[in-house]
Amino acid sequence: MRRYFGRKLLIYILTFFLAVTIDWLIPRFMPGNPVQTMLSRAALRAEAVEVMYGYYTRAFGLDVPIWQQYLNFWNALFHGDLGTSVYMFPQPVTKVIMRAVPYDIFLLLPAILLSWYAGNHFGAFAARTKWLDNTILPVGYILTATPYMWLGILLAWVFGIVLGVFPIAGAYSFALRPHLSWTFIRSVLHHWFLPFASLFLVMFGGWAIGMRNMIIYELEADYSHYLEALGAPRRLVRKYAFRNAILPQITGLALQLGVIAAGALVTEVVFSYPGIGYLILAAIQNQDYFLIQGCFLFIIIGVLLANFAIDIAYVIVDPRTRLGMTGEAA
Amino acid sequence: MSLQVENLTVYYQTLRGDVQALESATFTVADGEIMGLAGESGCGKTTLAHSLIRLTPPMRFVEGRVELDDEELPVWDMERMNDFRFKKISIIPQYAMNAMNPTRKIGKMTSELLESRKVDFKATLPELKRRLNLVELSHDVLNMYPIELSGGMKQRMVMVLSTLMNPSLLIADEVTSALDVSSQKAVVEMLVGFRDRGFVKSLIVITHDISILYQIADSIMIMYAGQLAEKASTEVIIHAPRHPYTKLLIASLPKVGVKYSEKRLTGIPGSPPLLLDPPIGCRFRERCPVAFEKCLDVPPFIEIEKDHFVACWKEFEKNAQA
Amino acid sequence: MKLMRSEILYFALRNNKLRVGLTIILFFLVLTFVGPMLTHYDPYDYVNPNGAQPPSSEYWFGTTMFGQDVFTQFIHGLKATFLVGVVGGGLGTLIGILVGFTAGYRGGIFDEILNMLTNVVLVIPTLAILLIIAAYLEVRGILTESIFIGCTAWPWAARAIRAQTFSLRSREFVDLARLSGMKPRKIIFTEIAPNMMSYLLLVFILQFGGAVLAAATLDFIGLGPTNAISLGLMMNYAVLWGALLLGMWWWFIPPGVAITAIVGALYVANVGLDEVFNPKLREM
Repeated sequence: MRRYFGRKLLIYILTFFLAVTIDWLIPRFMPGNPVQTMLSRAALRAEAVEVMYGYYTRAFGLDVPIWQQYLNFWNALFHGDLGTSVYMFPQPVTKVIMRAVPYDIFLLLPAILLSWYAGNHFGAFAARTKWLDNTILPVGYILTATPYMWLGILLAWVFGIVLGVFPIAGAYSFALRPHLSWTFIRSVLHHWFLPFASLFLVMFGGWAIGMRNMIIYELEADYSHYLEALGAPRRLVRKYAFRNAILPQITGLALQLGVIAAGALVTEVVFSYPGIGYLILAAIQNQDYFLIQGCFLFIIIGVLLANFAIDIAYVIVDPRTRLGMTGEAA
Repeated sequence: MSLQVENLTVYYQTLRGDVQALESATFTVADGEIMGLAGESGCGKTTLAHSLIRLTPPMRFVEGRVELDDEELPVWDMERMNDFRFKKISIIPQYAMNAMNPTRKIGKMTSELLESRKVDFKATLPELKRRLNLVELSHDVLNMYPIELSGGMKQRMVMVLSTLMNPSLLIADEVTSALDVSSQKAVVEMLVGFRDRGFVKSLIVITHDISILYQIADSIMIMYAGQLAEKASTEVIIHAPRHPYTKLLIASLPKVGVKYSEKRLTGIPGSPPLLLDPPIGCRFRERCPVAFEKCLDVPPFIEIEKDHFVACWKEFEKNAQA
Repeated sequence: MKLMRSEILYFALRNNKLRVGLTIILFFLVLTFVGPMLTHYDPYDYVNPNGAQPPSSEYWFGTTMFGQDVFTQFIHGLKATFLVGVVGGGLGTLIGILVGFTAGYRGGIFDEILNMLTNVVLVIPTLAILLIIAAYLEVRGILTESIFIGCTAWPWAARAIRAQTFSLRSREFVDLARLSGMKPRKIIFTEIAPNMMSYLLLVFILQFGGAVLAAATLDFIGLGPTNAISLGLMMNYAVLWGALLLGMWWWFIPPGVAITAIVGALYVANVGLDEVFNPKLREM
């Protein structure tokens, strides 16, 4: 157990280290004076430019040796200081991001978990059930091949514009201020539904297909044949096959996190949903490099945390990792 | 009569047509009999064994009738066979090493399997433990995952599990091939012990290793290219075989214990026919030193002496003259 | 061996998934090459003075807000999509093969280091990296984009190929080659690679699809090529200029349909191929 988690932890630390380094490195690789370039592109008032220029030169620490710049960057990071946003001047980047994070959790957590659960169960059900395999499963292929933003656009167009039953922008009605009431909660759910649905559907297709292809292998495995030979009902054979087929799907979830993060990003853009994805777009358009750096770091941290959670889940489900780790068996 | 098989014919479906892997097999296995089933790889012995318990595509039931304890087995019906599997007929598969689900504890798996067959696990548990003692497995295995067991332990666990419902007929499919010599001996002795204690009534033991059959089998049935060649008591098959194939097979063993499939049968020129389009008549004809025109017809599997069945025209003639 | 090959061909020709998938891809491929002859505009030409207009005989897919011909953009976008798929997917597969083969075959310290590297890159959300790089680059072409995508997409391929090499390496024929004194590189290319060809093909197909989707995502948030058109960019412009609110469906439907159809067809063909190569998966 310790060896397994020790290894994982090392990977996560290395990853974080590498990500932060990339984050630090890139603006410094750009030709010319990054601060100058950045400020000239951002449309700010003249007096603000002056303030910002001084601030950024200090913040980037371009006047000290390069190794010190690097250490300073880490130091600031550990103090939760990611700089000041240009786009939302003068708010600190950390604060801007922290305001967006709850929306991401609210959107992503249900979409990921529900689609994973439903997709796996549906895929297992459809496998070797000929009519389902031939009718509904092709839909799975289409869904998983759909670019996230395009499904978002389609849903927004059909349900938002043509039918007009769902709003297509924001996290709640512009007419409301956030407060605790049924009207507000309804508005939040109403705005949440379409982005949720488009994320859910694309992921659902992927999991269903993955499980369908996986469980077919498992149903042909020796232990499945043995159960059949001992007269176990179809239900039990499938249950056991499912338990084994789910393992690669858990790993698959970890592998997909990056893609899912990207999908969430564009979905938020389509629906102007105020999560980190939407922030990134604004940051890019406004050349707000501190904000881009900050968002990048937050995505990394989110993905690392999710990975860690998945590692723990995997150990719980697969006895082999557990046993292999304690060294009790070969 | 424990097992009665009549005219059982099973083909394998492939792209190029049916592979005629088992052609009109007719034989019986008596109560308490341990019957060895031997023949080269691809002679149809595994097809025969599997079609008795789990006949799945690409296998295709063509015709035949199987009776176990005077009850017909619906071998062609995957669903209906479930009533008989485990309780009346059971198998120790060739792949015993991987037969148990890797992600369930063995005890839990056993209990789920039993409950799914409407058998009370709690009530069966004392008997299960008694049998674990018998094969020298600690009761702790029930709390373990299969990967925690050694190969020999898994083999014994599967033996106990497969016979837990005291089936009338047990098929042991190459149970020793994955084991070292000393475990092989232990395993086959356990099989005999199971029969002696009445855990199973009769046994079909499929193997490459005739020396094992010599140790434990009451009778041996020899197959060639999907057809039954000869069945008789072990002594007779080893010392006085009648079918030319059996004779060559036994003679080609330098000494008892060599696995004949590992070497081409040097004593018999030619190789077994392709079963996709087998020759008419006796399938051994082309390699047979004593073949004659009569062999263009399929020889029936006839009892020429008490409990001695042979499918060979030449032997029938000899028998008629005698 | 010959028998086996003809069997694979037999199944390949009769596998519906493979047939459907390949037909769709072929259709778009032909369209990519024939398309430019059907249009006499450039993607960014302002051809329709009336601005946006639904599909008509004059403008098959309609025109954008600015009067650009959607069909022309679509055809040129298709070319970009295939380019990204081949270059990005190909590069991703190639790096994956190099890393995976080496790690799987050499084992030991090579494996430790490469595996660690793979896992680290695997965890980093690649889009975030692409995003940062793209955000700082002022001029971006489709080729640059493809190369960046290929350089970040390889880890899972490396992992899969490593596992496959591990299992092949312990097979008899590889032992035989090693005993007969063959050099590792030669063993990899003459003994292991041919046996993995089918697997590598499957990996490439998935990489192709992944690269197309990654490019579409980048393009959509405005980090795509600055000097060309692509299907993702079309969607980007459509959403940016309110095609949704104004109901200009002809602007955003075609690029999405094309991407979905191409990637979907690839996935379906992939499963079809898998069935062809693995007899166990075929349904009788």
